[in-house]
Amino acid sequence: MSQSSRKKLLLMGRSGSGKSSMRSIIFSNYSAFDTRRLGATIDVELSHLRFLGNMSLTLWDCGGQDVFMDNYFTNQKDHIFKMVQVLIHVFDVESKSINKDIEIFIKSLTNLQKYSPDSKIFVLLHKMDLVQIDKRQELFNIMMEKLQKISNPYQFKLIGFPTSIWDESLYKAWSQIVCSLIPNINLFNSNLIKFNSILDAEEIILFEKTTFLVISSTASIKQQQAQHQKLLNENGEQQQQDTSNQDNNSSELDPKRFEKISNIIKTYKQSISKLRTNFNNLIIRGSNGTSFYIDILTENMFIMIVLKNKDSIEDSNGFKINQNEELLVLDNIRSARKWFEKIENSK
Amino acid sequence: MEATIIPDSKSKDSNAQILLMGLRRGGKSSICKVVFHNMQPLDTLYLESTTKPTNEQFSSLIDLSVMELPGQLNYFEPNYDSERLFSSVGALVYVIDSQDEYLNALTNLSMIIDFAYRVNPKINIEVLIHKVDGLSEDYRMDAQQDIMQRTGDELLDLGLEGVSVSFYLTSIFDHSIYEAFSRIVQRLIPELPSLEHMLDNLVQHSNIDKVFLFDVNSKIYVATDSSPVDIQTYEVCAEFIDITIDLDDLYIENEKKNGGTNSGNRNIENNRQESKELKSISHLSNGSTLYLKQMIRGLALVALIRNETFDNDYIDHSQEGNESSLIGTSISDSEKSLTIIDYNVNLFKESLMKMWSSYRNSNDDIKL
Repeated sequence: MSQSSRKKLLLMGRSGSGKSSMRSIIFSNYSAFDTRRLGATIDVELSHLRFLGNMSLTLWDCGGQDVFMDNYFTNQKDHIFKMVQVLIHVFDVESKSINKDIEIFIKSLTNLQKYSPDSKIFVLLHKMDLVQIDKRQELFNIMMEKLQKISNPYQFKLIGFPTSIWDESLYKAWSQIVCSLIPNINLFNSNLIKFNSILDAEEIILFEKTTFLVISSTASIKQQQAQHQKLLNENGEQQQQDTSNQDNNSSELDPKRFEKISNIIKTYKQSISKLRTNFNNLIIRGSNGTSFYIDILTENMFIMIVLKNKDSIEDSNGFKINQNEELLVLDNIRSARKWFEKIENSK
Repeated sequence: MEATIIPDSKSKDSNAQILLMGLRRGGKSSICKVVFHNMQPLDTLYLESTTKPTNEQFSSLIDLSVMELPGQLNYFEPNYDSERLFSSVGALVYVIDSQDEYLNALTNLSMIIDFAYRVNPKINIEVLIHKVDGLSEDYRMDAQQDIMQRTGDELLDLGLEGVSVSFYLTSIFDHSIYEAFSRIVQRLIPELPSLEHMLDNLVQHSNIDKVFLFDVNSKIYVATDSSPVDIQTYEVCAEFIDITIDLDDLYIENEKKNGGTNSGNRNIENNRQESKELKSISHLSNGSTLYLKQMIRGLALVALIRNETFDNDYIDHSQEGNESSLIGTSISDSEKSLTIIDYNVNLFKESLMKMWSSYRNSNDDIKL
């Protein structure tokens, strides 16, 4: 494990905005209900997390009270803002003093530009569950526009997420944040596409093992490619037709399914822990001819494969055929293991 | 519906009527809410599905009538009405608030038992030591010991040695209340032994550790094999159902929305009946396997299978994938045992269907 694979993440925001709750849910297996017991964070709390084996994250959870905040921007500023890979700034949507929030955001941007200009900035508009459903998107758009305008002079490109600890939006935000840190993500993607071309699956998703954050999925890769192609040949009519088709395909399924799956499987892991064990795989033959395979891929990854079953034989003969198919998929996963282990260790 | 089936006009005359009693603020109404909420699918099950006996055709399987009792025993004087009530119920559930001072409740309990037992000697007496979620692990056992001891003494003083009283530690915030009610409900349905016998047969021949017959929508299990129930196994099995259904729904819901044929009706019995049966298997790293298979009409069979022969091999292969010969044998072993279980479970399902159809036929005869 080289020193360069150590990533520094700053988690900032005013006090009470929910920073420590997020960290506890994603990395310490707290339930949303449990986070009520968390007290105020004093100064900076460091947590070291291993992610995907050779990536190590250092999460700097910075307490948000004004006393500490002032300290960060004056005495400790070179200590805090040096070598930062990612800044995650959390805004409480219910906050009364938005101007103060933004003021602090500007301060940290100024410092970041000075000490680590290459860092990525993520903005989380947190506690979205407190806003009426029909107003959420509007509020989010307004806030993001405003924040982007503010950060333009500092030449940072913001990526924003509406989040809440009470639904799966938290997983979505964090899986994107963490994915932005994975160096060989393209290798994972290309291998996943290759694997899919063999299996002809409805969907394949890669998860990190401990946090169950989504690393990569065939649907998201396709989406990226589609966007890429759109940019490349704006005037090519055929390409545009293709992309629109793909868009239609992806819109059929629940767009929040990845986060929901993360959530469900984390619940399952917690439930299984009552038997003092963990799970190796999970195979579901769905009621609609869909089959799900969740299996260990490497030491640090789980894979989930969704297959649509085309034949619908239901008698004793068909039963046997299905059995073999199951084994075939598991065998395929086993062979894919070698590829992905190679990528993981190549770092 | 009950009017058509039951000839006499006495409504709610269920042989499985449960009387929920206890001092005020003991948590009776909350229990009612939780259990009633979960009872709905189970009710439908017993209305039309596997029950052979004809004396169970009531609109609801158990009726919880909450009888509020005064805080003190002295002026509790059951009148004629409660006498008739006691004679018609199958079970008396007494709720004791374990977080409160319970000496009063115990005297009250023994008075009620005394009265109820004289009116109806066949009554099942169940005591819920409730709200144990607030007690520490050690203290729970102490409280149960103490309550059991005192109740025994009181009954001895009243000259009622023969009365059997069952005790349950419950809380509505975990699965213990479902567990307790599963037991209570099972004791009220004398026809269940045939189901249990079938499950026992299944366990014997399939290397299964524990098997439950769950109602998918509620968390109450209708039957289990005769080995003792471990509450943790029960919880895991109950949650396994949720997880399977949640994952399954993620990829199904939308198709239905697009098709527009089902008009948003999420009635499991109808949907699942026409489509393929739900089945899920999960291998755990300690070698056990969780197995779920959908039975008829919203019932699901969940089993915990311990298989010592393939578990170690399975872990091995996930870490060192080189020894392919070893993997081949281990996997085929596990698959073999699963195939046997599949076969046996299918047999179980067939006999369950037979039970159901014979029940339906007999029911039709009565109607005619």
